[in-house]
Amino acid sequence: MTPDLVGGLESPDYASHDRAAHEPYAPVFVGDVKRELDELLTRYPTRMAVLLPALWIVQRERGWVSEEGMVEVADLLELTPAYVKGVVTFYTMYHQHPVGKYFIQVCTTSPCGICGAEDVVKAFLRHTNAGELGLTSPDGRFTVIEVECLGACGFATPVMVNEEFIESVTPEKVPDLLARLA
Amino acid sequence: MADTKMVSLTIEGRTVSVPDGTTILEAAKTAGILIPHYCYHPGLPVAGVCRMCLVEVEKAPKLAPSCATTVAEGQVVHVHSDKSLDARKGVLEMLLINHPLDCPICDQSGECELQDYTYQEGREDSRYREPKRFNPAEDFGGDVIYVPNRCILCTRCVRFMDDVAHDPVLNVSERGDRALIGKFEGKDLTHPWASNVVDLCPVGALLSKDFLNKARAWELDRTASICPNCTQGCNVTMETRENQLVRMRPRPNEHVNAFFMCDWGRLNYRWMNEKNRVEQPMVGRARALAPTSWEIAITAAARALNGKKVFVAASPMLSNEALFLLTQIMQGGVGAFRVTEGEEAPLAGVKDLALRRERAANVYGAQALGFNKTTDLLAGLKQGDVLVVAGEDLAGIEAAAIARASEVIVISSILPEVASNASVVLPIANFSEEEGTVTNLRGRVQRFTQARQAPGDTRPSWLVLGDLLGAMGKQSNFFLPSEVFASLAASNKTFAGLSYDSIGFKGLPLANAPSTGPNAPIAVGAA
Amino acid sequence: MGYPNQPHQRETPVLSRYFGDTEARSLAGWKKRGGYKALDKALGMAPADIVNVVKESGLRGRGGAGFPTGMKWSFMKPGDGKPHYLCCNADESEPGTFKDRELMRWTPHALVEGCAIGAYAIGAETAYVYIRGEFTEPLYWMEQAVKEAYGAGILGKNAMGTGKRIDVHVHKGAGAYICGEETALMESLEGRRGNPRIKPPFPAVSGVFGMPTTINNVETLIAAAPILMNGADWYKKMSLSNPKSTGTKLFSVCGNVQRPGTYEVVMGFPFKEFLYDLCGGPPHGRKFKAVIPGGASVPIQTVEEAEATLMDYEGFVAQGSMLGSGGVIVIDDGQSMVSVIARIARFFAHESCAQCTQCREGTAWTTKIMERIRDGQGTIEDLDTLLDIAEQMTGKTICVLSDSCAVPVVSGIKKFRGEFEALIQGRRFHPVIAAVA
Repeated sequence: MTPDLVGGLESPDYASHDRAAHEPYAPVFVGDVKRELDELLTRYPTRMAVLLPALWIVQRERGWVSEEGMVEVADLLELTPAYVKGVVTFYTMYHQHPVGKYFIQVCTTSPCGICGAEDVVKAFLRHTNAGELGLTSPDGRFTVIEVECLGACGFATPVMVNEEFIESVTPEKVPDLLARLA
Repeated sequence: MADTKMVSLTIEGRTVSVPDGTTILEAAKTAGILIPHYCYHPGLPVAGVCRMCLVEVEKAPKLAPSCATTVAEGQVVHVHSDKSLDARKGVLEMLLINHPLDCPICDQSGECELQDYTYQEGREDSRYREPKRFNPAEDFGGDVIYVPNRCILCTRCVRFMDDVAHDPVLNVSERGDRALIGKFEGKDLTHPWASNVVDLCPVGALLSKDFLNKARAWELDRTASICPNCTQGCNVTMETRENQLVRMRPRPNEHVNAFFMCDWGRLNYRWMNEKNRVEQPMVGRARALAPTSWEIAITAAARALNGKKVFVAASPMLSNEALFLLTQIMQGGVGAFRVTEGEEAPLAGVKDLALRRERAANVYGAQALGFNKTTDLLAGLKQGDVLVVAGEDLAGIEAAAIARASEVIVISSILPEVASNASVVLPIANFSEEEGTVTNLRGRVQRFTQARQAPGDTRPSWLVLGDLLGAMGKQSNFFLPSEVFASLAASNKTFAGLSYDSIGFKGLPLANAPSTGPNAPIAVGAA
Repeated sequence: MGYPNQPHQRETPVLSRYFGDTEARSLAGWKKRGGYKALDKALGMAPADIVNVVKESGLRGRGGAGFPTGMKWSFMKPGDGKPHYLCCNADESEPGTFKDRELMRWTPHALVEGCAIGAYAIGAETAYVYIRGEFTEPLYWMEQAVKEAYGAGILGKNAMGTGKRIDVHVHKGAGAYICGEETALMESLEGRRGNPRIKPPFPAVSGVFGMPTTINNVETLIAAAPILMNGADWYKKMSLSNPKSTGTKLFSVCGNVQRPGTYEVVMGFPFKEFLYDLCGGPPHGRKFKAVIPGGASVPIQTVEEAEATLMDYEGFVAQGSMLGSGGVIVIDDGQSMVSVIARIARFFAHESCAQCTQCREGTAWTTKIMERIRDGQGTIEDLDTLLDIAEQMTGKTICVLSDSCAVPVVSGIKKFRGEFEALIQGRRFHPVIAAVA
């Protein structure tokens, strides 16, 4: 479960994703989505404050935050792309690469760790065919990662599938859970 | 200023009194104590992240970051106590655990603050037994290469681009021990002042491509000078190796350039190493120039000039001293100069600091001394005048224009093709080879000193012109450039009251210079 | 403790009263349960009087530091001509802690009400609720509640018809533990990397957007309403041990325990009874070995220390730890302490913002050594190195994340040195075999 230590503590290998494969970029912030952004801008005294919400919108619309997405957000909020990228890379929840249709995050921090979270991770990797943490299954459906504390320690092991929060997952429950996603 | 409250405190047993609001780190400097630091830089906003400058303040529960802690009345500060020394040892060990320790192949070696402080007070060994982090070097564009493995994440470069250049193209990417300085694909460090990040980098993480593997720091001779490449007059250190100029770096001056210089000025030094020099005085004999002695050449020039109407085509790169002496040999004639122009490129975060449109050091000195700025250099040359070409390369000048002169005397480092029919050629030192003063666009007179040996029999301009003046029978008795300047100050009321001693190495404004000048952006003090 | 279980009879459910009660989530249901009466009352009071009641109640910050809430509010100087801000810290990320999650998913209107009261008390027109991005369900309920409150005129430019403006906005984090640190939270809210700021200036002087700001935890703000309704004395009397710790406190319990969940007890409740009676003790056939009582960043307690603890700010300190965030992680004798601590260290290394040298490098270095020891490759010298690194990581950085990583290492080596040495000497960790139940 421990990623290779060389290269920093955790640097998931996303090399398997063909980054050029995504389609030509079409702007996210048009029509209703642009109006949504405009409404957000009224909530804060600065444009920059809308950066995190705007990036969430890009991810919601596109499934990940591409460099083109960062440029679009930067232009709208009068920031530079480098600045936006610095922020994107700070937060772990923005996908900088396309991920599987179901993005599965399994909490393995200590409280869940002592309740058997690692076995849950193994079960997900086995049943999704994702192979390794951070990689996407060959059918493009599943990406499994370990995540730090999901804040539901009393319901070990909590798992997030995209936006859905699933509590008290055990290795035995994994196949049914995956079947439900199909 | 008068109502600034002063605060007294004790640092390492020395009592200092500084204005309220001063940081402990700056206050310590006034007591001659340098508190080791990395992320702090007087020209940048405080980050307080390297944690190297932790000092012990009596009665405080924790060590204080001296860069971010302001002084308080009666404070007692210990910089070298066991506690603060131990903290710095800790920081140094941490900074080195992932560092490749590749000093033998690192350009920064010898001028590296990580190296210096580690030798000064770091541990003798490392207790780190784990694999080191590795990231490949990256071309940041412009003149800059980034070597992340050596980076200590002090963020000086990021803060310079954000807060001084106002062009945030650098960031801190990722977090934890994966963090590194990043930029956006396709957005390079092309800002005209970007190379300052190389100077600001306290370690070998940001390197100049131009200087890459060119010299070791300890092989360099360093000379205080002025950047000759525009009218801003940024204070610089000229660095030479085996008499070749290999690097120019900014020298702090809060009145002119704060801590910075532009890339164009910085990288435009090769002309001072030029090889196609005139190395001996020459006189025209039988339609060709032939080498001769200085005595013969000077005498020939004096004979040619005496009693004639003289037109001087001068270079605005010449010193105040040379231009002043030229006005003496003009005998009421006319002097003109032209100047190369380029686009102005300001450094947004520093008031009145820019790469100026006019790309020569002494445009304002030349004007103050009565030379006419023109685009048509020889327009004022009358039929039959003696033409003195002083430092001018005559680029683009037609032979026909020169033909109006009865005689041509060249006092230059390089002999222009079009002036090969000169009757006398007097080789002078170029900007890097002599001492003198120049006047910047705000009327500040600044000294530059000799960084290189001039080739062959070449002599400094002020010496050649002084001798020429003497040979013409005029009052001339100069053994030092300071004496030429003293004569200038005595005879020209614009320069009155100034001397080499008073000008020093930070310069002084002319009597009629504007009262305000450029200012450092955030803090002022020696780096 | 409510969902999924009935509250234990020895609990004192004030804030957790409606856990599991789905009707309490809607505005109508919340009003039926007495909701927004406290806000109504508050808006009829002078802000300074609200601050005084809260001061008098003895309420202290429930996020971890335990700073007196009324005093914090009193730092916000009225009439300074600047916009004031209230930030609600709902970035609950401390491993072992999930009480705020329960509060928001069951009683979102309680937080809207608490924010409105808090904002009014400190002279703010705007409150931001910064919720960690992983909390999709609490985010959903909070957004619903805010929308309903605006629709009913509870929030907005004429809040509750008083002519006063109170805005509450939900702001979604994006995955960074450090944003639970108050200055990092403000940086993040402003659209920056979540880098903690150097203090001073303190938030009450220059906080979010450079303006005077108060940051309060979810539980703290929610507690304000019952305090206003029932009076400071009522709250102050809920104190079983030290009069400096008053009211009820939510403790979230997880790890190797029969009944994990969120419990609400009066300050000073005996920890031993809490662990064995309320939480049901260790899993069958096991024994408790250690307890981390206040989230991953407080010192580890031995079972003896834990059993002697009275559950309040002072009680946990007296027994070698801290109340912290109230996230109780219980560890039984089937676990290797070295593994547990290695995993905590990895967490902090993952979450370090990378600003300060000791934290950026020290958390990762600690993790590497801890994992090496866990894998049987450690040396005795490693223990000294670990302690020395921990010393360098303590009290020397901008925020306390670095200290938090050092704390379990130091307390772990001090209290469970035998386990470290056994692994170093080549004895694999053998969990105590659980008796068949």
